[in-house]
Amino acid sequence: MSGPSSMRTPLERVRGLGSAHTGTGDFWRQRLTAVAMTLLIVPVIVVVIMLIGRNHAGAAQILGSIPIAIILLLFIVASTWHMKIGMQVVFEDYIHNEKLKIACVMANNFFCVAVALASIYAILKLSSGV
Amino acid sequence: MVEFALPKNSKISGGKTWPKPAGATETREFRVYRWNPDDGKNPSVDTYYVDTHDCGPMVLDGLIWIKNHIDPTLTFRRSCREGVCGSCAMNIDGQNTLACTKSMHDVGAGGAVKVNPLPHQPVVKDLVPDLTNFYAQYASIEPWLKTTTPTPQKEWRQSHEDREKLDGLYECILCACCSTSCPSYWWNSERFLGPAALLQATRWVTDSRDEATGERLDNLEDPFRLYRCHTIMNCAKACPKGLNPSEAIAELKFKMVERQI
Repeated sequence: MSGPSSMRTPLERVRGLGSAHTGTGDFWRQRLTAVAMTLLIVPVIVVVIMLIGRNHAGAAQILGSIPIAIILLLFIVASTWHMKIGMQVVFEDYIHNEKLKIACVMANNFFCVAVALASIYAILKLSSGV
Repeated sequence: MVEFALPKNSKISGGKTWPKPAGATETREFRVYRWNPDDGKNPSVDTYYVDTHDCGPMVLDGLIWIKNHIDPTLTFRRSCREGVCGSCAMNIDGQNTLACTKSMHDVGAGGAVKVNPLPHQPVVKDLVPDLTNFYAQYASIEPWLKTTTPTPQKEWRQSHEDREKLDGLYECILCACCSTSCPSYWWNSERFLGPAALLQATRWVTDSRDEATGERLDNLEDPFRLYRCHTIMNCAKACPKGLNPSEAIAELKFKMVERQI
């Protein structure tokens, strides 16, 4: 071992800053959203097929149905949440520069929340027929 | 970022081809990783020819034959030569395994037997990796029975059913084949405990006599220490003892969820 940490004992390096006591929440939510998407994907595909070729008024009419709007909203929440956790794992795996990693995780959060809110807003807008 | 290429001083170049042993009727080619910390050169791969009629069947037998008959400077760890000590773990033909239990007839399809040190660890010399971090990670999971109840007059008792739950866990010999085959361990070995240490952690979390289960889970519950395991399962493929560290880690994750939900 070389570098400024070389005088630390191996056990001190392994213990580092200690356990974060987190991770299970993200682990559980990643599986929860995966199962949710598995259940929702068929109805979502059906809705998308129904929307093919429709104009704005036709789309608004279909999304005016409460069950259809709720299915789409649930799918948006599950998929963007899943996307956020999955992408964060990739950043944590491969980016070892702490500042860059924090910036990427932050950008990932902003992006996923923005995609989720834009999608939810669009569905609600069409659904309410505005 | 993760480095996908070897550092400059680790790039393999050249290597010596040693003459075939005189009078040998049948030989097997060995291509062995060499690196000497004292000569300042990059690693190389030397080619040796082993007289298979004068040598045992395992890859370790071949390496010992080379050391005794051709090149006494070839350096590797070995001790029990029967798959119990875990000393001779190395990468043979692209697979981490024990040289003492791997038959040279089962590798290389009759061609060269390619022998390298365990991947992604600092090399001390030739086939000897520096496992300091690996052993410190094992120490960090505190692999001993922890109890608060006063020690009984006789032994700590355990039912047959509870003892059976340790099968598939206690057999680990800490050879490091699994951890050094894990891509997640390659990228984050300073923070991810790796399959070997986590399998050992599961062994103590599962032990019905241990009274520190919650404390052990607290110590493991971390996005890096435990959750860098993405169930790639190279560990289960590599384990020369036929264990499944991936399954043991899944058991830990299940317990983490179980105590929250």
